[in-house]
Amino acid sequence: MSVKYTQDHEWIAVAGDTATVGITDYALAQLGDLVFVEVPEAGRTLSKGDEAAVVESVKAASEVYAPVSGEVTEGNSAIADDPSTVSGDPAGSGWFFKMTLSDPSELDAMMDADAYKAYVDGLD
Amino acid sequence: MTDFSQGRTNVPMGGSQAPGAQTVSGSRGLEFAEPLIFEMHHEGRTGVDLPDVPVSDARLNGMRRQGPVGLPGLSEPQVVRHYTRLSQKNYGIDSGFYPLGSCTMKHNPRLGEKAARMAGLGDLHPLQPFSTVQGALELVDTLAHWIKTLCGMPAVAMSPAAGAHGELCGMMAIKAAIEDRGEAATRTRVLVPDSAHGTNPATAAACGFSVDSIPANDRGRVDVAALKAKLGPDVAGVMLTNPNTCGLFETEILDIADAVHAAGGYFYCDGANFNAIVGRVRPGDLGIDCMHLNLHKTFATPHGGGGPGAGPTVLSDALAPYAPVPYIVHDAKGLRLVERQADAGEGEKPFGRIKGFHGQMGVFIRALVYMMSHGAEGLLQSSTDAVLNANYLRARLGDVMSVPFDGICMHEVLFDDAFLHDTGVTTLDFAKAMIDEGFHPMTMYFPLVVHGALLMEPTESESKETLDGYVATLRALTERAKAGDVQFFKDAPRLTPRRRLDETTAARKPVLRWTPPVEDNA
Repeated sequence: MSVKYTQDHEWIAVAGDTATVGITDYALAQLGDLVFVEVPEAGRTLSKGDEAAVVESVKAASEVYAPVSGEVTEGNSAIADDPSTVSGDPAGSGWFFKMTLSDPSELDAMMDADAYKAYVDGLD
Repeated sequence: MTDFSQGRTNVPMGGSQAPGAQTVSGSRGLEFAEPLIFEMHHEGRTGVDLPDVPVSDARLNGMRRQGPVGLPGLSEPQVVRHYTRLSQKNYGIDSGFYPLGSCTMKHNPRLGEKAARMAGLGDLHPLQPFSTVQGALELVDTLAHWIKTLCGMPAVAMSPAAGAHGELCGMMAIKAAIEDRGEAATRTRVLVPDSAHGTNPATAAACGFSVDSIPANDRGRVDVAALKAKLGPDVAGVMLTNPNTCGLFETEILDIADAVHAAGGYFYCDGANFNAIVGRVRPGDLGIDCMHLNLHKTFATPHGGGGPGAGPTVLSDALAPYAPVPYIVHDAKGLRLVERQADAGEGEKPFGRIKGFHGQMGVFIRALVYMMSHGAEGLLQSSTDAVLNANYLRARLGDVMSVPFDGICMHEVLFDDAFLHDTGVTTLDFAKAMIDEGFHPMTMYFPLVVHGALLMEPTESESKETLDGYVATLRALTERAKAGDVQFFKDAPRLTPRRRLDETTAARKPVLRWTPPVEDNA
């Protein structure tokens, strides 16, 4: 399984032709405590860059974009019910949705963990 | 102290009292710990003695109440004191400086209040026959004339109830014009810059358009090249805020207007920041097709207390035919309102009605008084002074706080949190410390274009003394943050009736309704 990152601070963990998507520690730190999360329904077709989910903190409301194109297979209802679960484990149980990949080559241009860390360091 | 936390956000740490200030009653000095009115309930107590109402099944078609209504029982002096105390806890523009950015919290002249209370205006009913309200209609028509003149636009819809409603009016006019052209199915996108007001994309979406955001450039303005690249035959319009939420004038607005029009779209401008340019720039000269005004911001009518607003929307020749009903017309019998689409005149195609009655009369009166008492020169002086005051803050604070964009600002000045970098103090902590110093915080974390935004709008109302006091306080707080006194900021506010509120829990688990404590019946 490989994990890739977007400039909009989503992570995508790919296993075969399916993937899990969430937001990074950095995104969470910028947003502050989440108070509302909306995740996509299974069956929704997403194009790369589409607004897939919504996060709201006491500071701001923001979108989570689809890092790649594909179809949603599951939204994480646990985080929609209790947004604080994202804060505890954004890279694990705080995942947002799972999806199939219609074009795995879209992953090629994305950052790996080292590149993303360098990108985030450059933002401060 | 009595636990009055029912129905309120609890204080996360440190209790609700400042250290060393505990009292038996919970009040401090003559600052009262005021419970909810329901918590003051005393069974059977009333302000007036009413005879027993006979029980009758015949009333309301037999719809008998099943249980008590649950109204609190209080005496008249208790009620008077309760609401007086609540009003004393309120902070408003009449109490002090209110630098909330993009809100134009300016003084409300008492002359306008006096006029709005005149019996001939204050006691009107919107369903009175036109013949009995000719003066009121003339007042609205005169205000419309002033608005059209200040904006350089041929038409104005007066009925929108506030800013976002005015946006809705403008976008519905654009939608109606596009439908009239037979392009409703193809022109489905609206372009909204990042530096626009947050309500703009919501309005476009509410009208059924898809929203495409345009990034800001490194000057805090719209990236015109990016905007032009997204224009095309599927674009219904562009929504721009000018001056934008960075407090900067969109200098390439003429170029933007030409490009939008060349692509067949309409140009909406958010007029919430009109206070920066009143009397200096006419939106009509900038190629704008529609723009709402916030009378309750720019023209000094009560605002920020949740009071009524008014968002008249000016329309270009291209959009004027689609103005909603009602609107005022002159005929042989004087002034009257056209109330129904079917009664519209030749060439007029009102898109419908967006408000129950005719607009916010009380706000209209105050706005017209403001305009007429200032006169054209006075309005220009006001907007000029508003810009001067914002630039005074920028100049006096720019060396210790951080200004993300160089150059002169308009009516509001934007700082980012770079000056707090590595101090451990956040924009929020800084704002809370301002409260202890007796200043209402500025707008925080908006716009999103910069990190940890602090957006300040002093308006023309503030004296140099007030601004100097504000500057001295912010400079001292900045120094303290940079000196590493993090705990001071994390503990703020210390001197308020309630300490730091738990905003996260309040948003996650809001308690919006009081319920009687269970032990009451024990």
